[in-house]
Amino acid sequence: MQLSFISRVVSGQADTAPPAGVAAASLAPAVFAMTGGQVTLEGRQVLRGVDVTIRPGEVVAVLGPNGSGKSTLVRTLLGLVPLSGGRTELYGTPPARFREWWRIGYVPQRLSVGGGVPSTVREVVASGRIARQRRLRPSTAADRDAVNRALEAVGLTDRAGDSVHSLSGGQQQRVLIARALAGEPDTFVMDEPTAGVDAGSQRLLADTLTTLVAEGRTVVLVAHELGPLEALVRRAVVIRDGLVAHDGPPPAAVGAHALPGHDHVHPHGFTPECGPLSWESGPAGQPGAAS
Amino acid sequence: MPFRLRPAAGPTPSTRLDVTPVFDLLQSSIMQRALIAALLVGLCAPAVGTFIVQRRLALLGDGIGHVALTGVALGFLTGTAPVLTAVVVAVLGAVAIELVRERGRTGGDVALALLFYGGIAGGVLLIGLSETGSNATLMSYLFGSISSVTQEDLWVIGALTVAVLGIVVVFGRELFVLCQDEEVAKASGLPVRFLSLLIAVTAALTVVVAMRVVGLLLVSALMVVPVAAGQQLTRGFRATLLIAMVFGVVATVGGLTYTAYVDVAPGAAIVLLALAGFAVSLGVGTLVRRSRTRESSP
Repeated sequence: MQLSFISRVVSGQADTAPPAGVAAASLAPAVFAMTGGQVTLEGRQVLRGVDVTIRPGEVVAVLGPNGSGKSTLVRTLLGLVPLSGGRTELYGTPPARFREWWRIGYVPQRLSVGGGVPSTVREVVASGRIARQRRLRPSTAADRDAVNRALEAVGLTDRAGDSVHSLSGGQQQRVLIARALAGEPDTFVMDEPTAGVDAGSQRLLADTLTTLVAEGRTVVLVAHELGPLEALVRRAVVIRDGLVAHDGPPPAAVGAHALPGHDHVHPHGFTPECGPLSWESGPAGQPGAAS
Repeated sequence: MPFRLRPAAGPTPSTRLDVTPVFDLLQSSIMQRALIAALLVGLCAPAVGTFIVQRRLALLGDGIGHVALTGVALGFLTGTAPVLTAVVVAVLGAVAIELVRERGRTGGDVALALLFYGGIAGGVLLIGLSETGSNATLMSYLFGSISSVTQEDLWVIGALTVAVLGIVVVFGRELFVLCQDEEVAKASGLPVRFLSLLIAVTAALTVVVAMRVVGLLLVSALMVVPVAAGQQLTRGFRATLLIAMVFGVVATVGGLTYTAYVDVAPGAAIVLLALAGFAVSLGVGTLVRRSRTRESSP
């Protein structure tokens, strides 16, 4: 709690990101607003009081070492993991009462797509329309157009009739992204979209995201390191040991920052607006102490 | 002879192909009812089975089958129609299995195993306590007794089939998303718990439908084997579902017809025919895939 508070002060977020209650009253509601979020999974406290607000049109990377709770954070924001303390809202509504799910496109972290029965690429991508479809209504031309566009965006049009099982890992990841694209949501939540993906697929993802950002969509992505996505990301939320260790412009060297035991010294002096924060220990995190 | 089926006045088997028994068969009302029951089961079981296999719950049907035996025995004990008590207990069992699964992975499989053993043991015990039940009746439910399908049974089987296929048609799109990825289903706003229970209940209904034809111990085979056979030949989910239903009907109707000529249990003949279908489609599928990779990489 204390660390996250300090980090917000230091990175200037305290001024620009008011608490969720205030945020809801001003302008459009935040896409995600978590206050004091705590999550306990199998007796282990994974999130220990996280405050995060993400506004429409933002491109946010959730960074952190393995096991830091970054994946749990985004899944909690979506209501997939129950909170043990604090509260979280989706477009101003608690996830349990949220109804406008077509606004959300979720790309889970999966090693492979599909279950025990083969599915074609088109079938999986088309299932991304589900939040926009009504029971007993057949698919419309709009559905098919959106699916075709999504397939084209990830370069899998010629594989549409193939079984997803026959694709490579990077291609399967593209199928998952296309499924989210097909739903034409306002907000994308991607869990490690670059993990275990070949360089070509990573560049393709970066291009796709560039288009989405230009269209004003909100993008939240979990990453171990940013790679080719670095140029797109304006804001990084660094999670460490279940707390927000940094919230602001992406740290210059994400990989090194994310490593535990990294002894950080500000090379550019104390500049709270854009400087990353050391989250190694309490005193080091205070203004002035690190530089 | 609860689970044997012979033509009413069968000719002595000969090596020469003789078509008269087919007409004799079709005229016998026992055989007519049996064929209709077989056809309905052949359609139903693989349709539900495709979703269950997709969800990696291939043995769910087995579990429900075990539990359903207690339901059958309850019917004998209380003098109610066994099919009805089996429906009630199978549905309750399916809901229990789903709730155990939902609670988390740890210890879930052991809890399920306990439920299965309880179902079988409970069934055997209750049959023993009832005055009408005997080992022969028990056998007829464990291994099927399609020749004893009554007109009333046929109505129940027909209604259950309509319910099962209706659920697949109405909820198919949502069930596909659920069986593919439960978290994505949740993040798409689908009623995940309702759909999970729906699929468990549908499986329970199917088990009871198929019980009379292949028996509780082989029910699961009809839900899984045609799907396994179908997916050797297809690349998509919908195609697998449809081909599995074709395989299912061929196996049930074919197996039943075979037992009209050769004196074996229909359930076993049906399942072995389905397995033979799987072996053939495995071979064909492998050949097709091999020639395809050769074409694409010259």
